Formats: sequence, structure tokens, C-alpha cells
Amino acid sequence: MPKVDYKNLPVNYQTSVQKAEMGLWEKIYYPEVIRGLWITTGHFMRNMTVHTLHLFGLAKDKRGAVTYQYPEERRPIHRRYRGRHRLTKKDDGSERCTACMLCETICPTNCIYIVPEEHPDPTVEKHPARYEIDILRCCFCGYCVEACPCDAIRMDTSVVEIANWDRTKMVFKKEYLMADIEGPGAPPKDDPPEWWLK
Amino acid sequence: MLETAITLAKIWGVLITLVGLAAIMTWVERKQSAVMQDRLGANRADVFGIRLIGLFQPMADGLKMFWKEDFIPPRGDKFLHTLAPILAFFPALVIFAVIPFGDVLRIGSLEIPLQIADLNVGYLFILAFGGLTIYGTVIAGWSSNNKFSLLGGLRAAAQMISYEVCVGLSLVGLIMVFGTLELDAIVRGQNELLFGFLPKWGIFVQPLGFLLFFPAVIAETKRVPFDLPEGESEIIGYYTEYSGMRFGLFYFAEFIEIIVMAALFGTLYFGGYNVPYLYAEGFRFPWGAEWNLPHLVVVFLQIGSFFIKMAFFCWLQVLIRWTLPRFRYDQLMKLCWTGILPLAVLNIILTGLVLMVV
Ligand code: SF4
Ligand code: SF4
Repeated sequence: MPKVDYKNLPVNYQTSVQKAEMGLWEKIYYPEVIRGLWITTGHFMRNMTVHTLHLFGLAKDKRGAVTYQYPEERRPIHRRYRGRHRLTKKDDGSERCTACMLCETICPTNCIYIVPEEHPDPTVEKHPARYEIDILRCCFCGYCVEACPCDAIRMDTSVVEIANWDRTKMVFKKEYLMADIEGPGAPPKDDPPEWWLK
Repeated sequence: MLETAITLAKIWGVLITLVGLAAIMTWVERKQSAVMQDRLGANRADVFGIRLIGLFQPMADGLKMFWKEDFIPPRGDKFLHTLAPILAFFPALVIFAVIPFGDVLRIGSLEIPLQIADLNVGYLFILAFGGLTIYGTVIAGWSSNNKFSLLGGLRAAAQMISYEVCVGLSLVGLIMVFGTLELDAIVRGQNELLFGFLPKWGIFVQPLGFLLFFPAVIAETKRVPFDLPEGESEIIGYYTEYSGMRFGLFYFAEFIEIIVMAALFGTLYFGGYNVPYLYAEGFRFPWGAEWNLPHLVVVFLQIGSFFIKMAFFCWLQVLIRWTLPRFRYDQLMKLCWTGILPLAVLNIILTGLVLMVV
């Protein structure tokens, strides 16, 4: 086998091909294997101890695994995470949206569909008769939230389970987007947060 | 008549223990790998909401395999395709027949050796049946009518035949020390003392032999880091065309092999069923203390010691599997022919010299 001079390769090769030459210590294989096994044994022993203590109800504050047990235990989601959209409401419970069409215009995937309608209250101009988001096409860019002049649409829900057996049900209607979310995925209650106002 | 009945009972006992242990090993492998990698592992299979730390998983796996479609490639060889998993499964089980798992059990005037067959060529028997497993893998690759399976089978053949040589030669030293091929006699020999205090275990009289035998056996059973014939994750292996219970047999054979090899490591190098300083009448410590024990307790301690050693080596094999990356094929062959083989010969020469001097 031709011997490759790893030290003097052209620069662009050096990063990809450069390997440390193995010394005799590594070539015997056993010491390095034992070193590797030592690391995994350490993890095994530590986690096994924690699991055993848990069995007896001890050391509950220590975790034996770094993984989240998903349906029961949810990963904490940052409050700036862009989850499923929701339409915010006025104090009287009607939608804040004025059907200005800005979100529909900016949406890069054309997935918002709005049918405006005259508002029964003569002092208010319009409101959406239909407001639909085809979530299958949405790319979660958040432009709609940024475009909205009256804070009528938000993506602060941290709903991650957006799935259905039926495509037609993935077009979210206005009522669904306005409904309160219970349990996991509910938008943060303290909005805006106190530390943010300071 | 009575003897036949006792032998049959022993065979049944060993068979059921082995198969049960293999099922548990599938669970152990998953759980241990998970714990090593800071995960929890399979814990969702439940019966009426009781999860029992995932112990139902092996049953669920078995049920799944029974209900899966049992597919035979239309242009494959139907007969050989069926034969291959049996050929892979059967030798793994049979090897255990010559491994003694305890000393003689005396009930009244009845003497029951706790070993199915006390062959005086026990070790050659193991080599012979270890060699038979090659047929299972090669035929599986050949009969599948799939190029990648065939290549996997050929890789398996080359690897296993090469390592057969290494396994055989690395053990010659041990046979020279104890002067017998009979496993029971080797185990008895290991209960003697070296320098008056050290048990004469294989690991103490043949340290180099063990360091060579261990990787050779792992390669022979196609476990990671030598699992090129299977290479489940990237390169395609010899049982690609298998599904359902036929695949299940291959899978199960692998776990039985782990257990049998663990038993073999314990038997050959770690004193088998021996507990240090424990003899048929009880403990005889080298500093003169004595502690007599009833016969049944001694037998119980010996069987326990055998199973503890076996469990440790099962644990070690799973640990190795989930720690080391796979060898490249040329490295594998190089390790065998230029690494283990010359050292095994050197081991034989050294052992011979030492035996001549002592
Ligand atoms: S997040 Fe982006 S893609 Fe989705 S609805 Fe809003 S603007 Fe359209
Ligand atoms: S930008 Fe805001 S107010 Fe305008 S249509 Fe969209 S959600 Fe309604």
C-alpha cells in the first residue's frame, strides 16, 4: 500500500483526510478497547444506580436517562417557538381580525384564505366571515404574525401535534383557530411576561 | 431406563432454560444498551396497563414474528431457504450439551452429573458444531437469490472459516495445560491451586490465550465489532430475504450463541462451576480454615457460580457490542491472519516451554 504523507497534503485535503497515526499502544487494540469499555461501563453503572434508587423511591431528583418520555413528559418549549396559529379575541369574545388581508398577501405559501364581511357594528369596518389556514401548506415562517397590524394572529401556542387522518381536516377553520387550548400547548398566561416589560 | 429418563429430564431442563434465557437476553440487550446510552429503552409493551419495565417486549416481538408474512423469494431455493435457519439455530443449542453446569449431584445412591453429555472429545465437539453454523449463514445467502445476501454469505464464510482457525489454535495452550479435551476434566483441573493460593483458572494459566480466544469467538459468532456478515445498519447481510419466524430463528440463534459462548468463557477460563476454595465437602481455605457444608448447598453454590459467570459474560458481550465500532473487512482479515494467529502459535510455544520447565 502506498504510504500517504498526511502532513503535506494540499490544504483542502488536510481537513478531510488527516488522521492521527496510530502508535503501538493503539495498535495493540486492547488498551484502547478497555478505555472505551470503561466509559460505557461508567455510564451503565451510574444510570443503573439511579434506576435502582428510583425503585426504592430515592434520589428522585436525579435522572437515569436524558431522554423525555414523550406522551407523559413533554419537552419544555421556548415561548418564542412558532407553534400552531391562533386567532386572538377581543374582550367580548369576537375575533380581533379586521380582514385587512395583509397576512394573506404576505403568506409565501398562499395558505391563508379570508372572506371578509361587513361587521354588524357600524363603527367597525370589516371582519372575516371565513378565515382558513391550510396547515399542510404552511411553512411556519411567521410572516403572517409579523404582518398583522392588530395582533390578531399569533403563533405562541406550542402545539406540536398537528396531525390528522384526513387532509380536509387539516384546513383549520376560524372557529378552531379561535378556540381556547386546554392542557399542553396552551399559550403562556403571563403575556407579555413581566421581565419583558421592565 | 432411569438413566435415560434422567438424561431426557436434563435435556429438557437445559433446553427450556436456554430458550427462556435467550428471550430474556433480547430484553437485556435492549435495556442494557439503553442504560449505557442514557436512554430508557423499550418500556411501552403492556398487558392491562402493567408494563413491568418492558419485560413484555420479548413476548410482543415473538407474537409479531409469528404473524408476519413468511416470505420465500420466488426464484430462491425453497428447500435450502427453509433449511438455513434450522442449520443456524441447531448447532448453537447443541454446543451446550457438553458444557458442565455443576458437579455431580448425589441423591441417595444416585449420582447425576450436571452435564448432558460428558464427551471425552468435548472441545472438538464444540469446534465441530461451531463450524456447522457456517452452513446456516452461507446457505441462507445462497438460497435467497439476492446478490447482496450472497455477498453477505460469502463474507460470513470467509470470516468464520478464518476465525475457526484462530479459535482452535488459541485454545491449544489451555488443552496443553490441563492435558485433556474433556470439558468436565478441564473444569475439575481448574479447582486446583496455583502456588498454594491462586485458583488454577484458565485466565491465570493462559492469560494470552484468553486475550486471543475472546475476540476470536466474538468474530466466530459474528457479533459487533465483527458483524460484517450481517451489517444490519449499512451493508446488507445474508438474512435480508428472511421474514417472520425464519428470521426469528436467526435472531434467536444469535442470542443463544451469546449465552452459550458466555458459558464457554466461564467454563474454559474462569473455573466453570467452581467457586474458589470450595470442594465437595465445603470450603478449604489456603490459610487452613475449614467450613463444611451440606452436599446440596455445595451443588447450589456451584450452579450459582456458573450462572453468575455466564451472566457476567453475557453482560460483557452486550457491552462490547454497544461500545465498539465495526471493523473494516481487510482489518478483520488482517487481525485474524497477522494478529491472532501468530500470537496463538507463540502462545503454544510459550506454554510448551513453561510446561517443559515446570
Ligand atoms: S406562518 Fe408563513 S406560511 Fe404559515 S400561514 Fe403564516 S405566513 Fe403563511
Ligand atoms: S393581518 Fe391580521 S387583521 Fe389582517 S387579515 Fe390577517 S389576521 Fe386579520
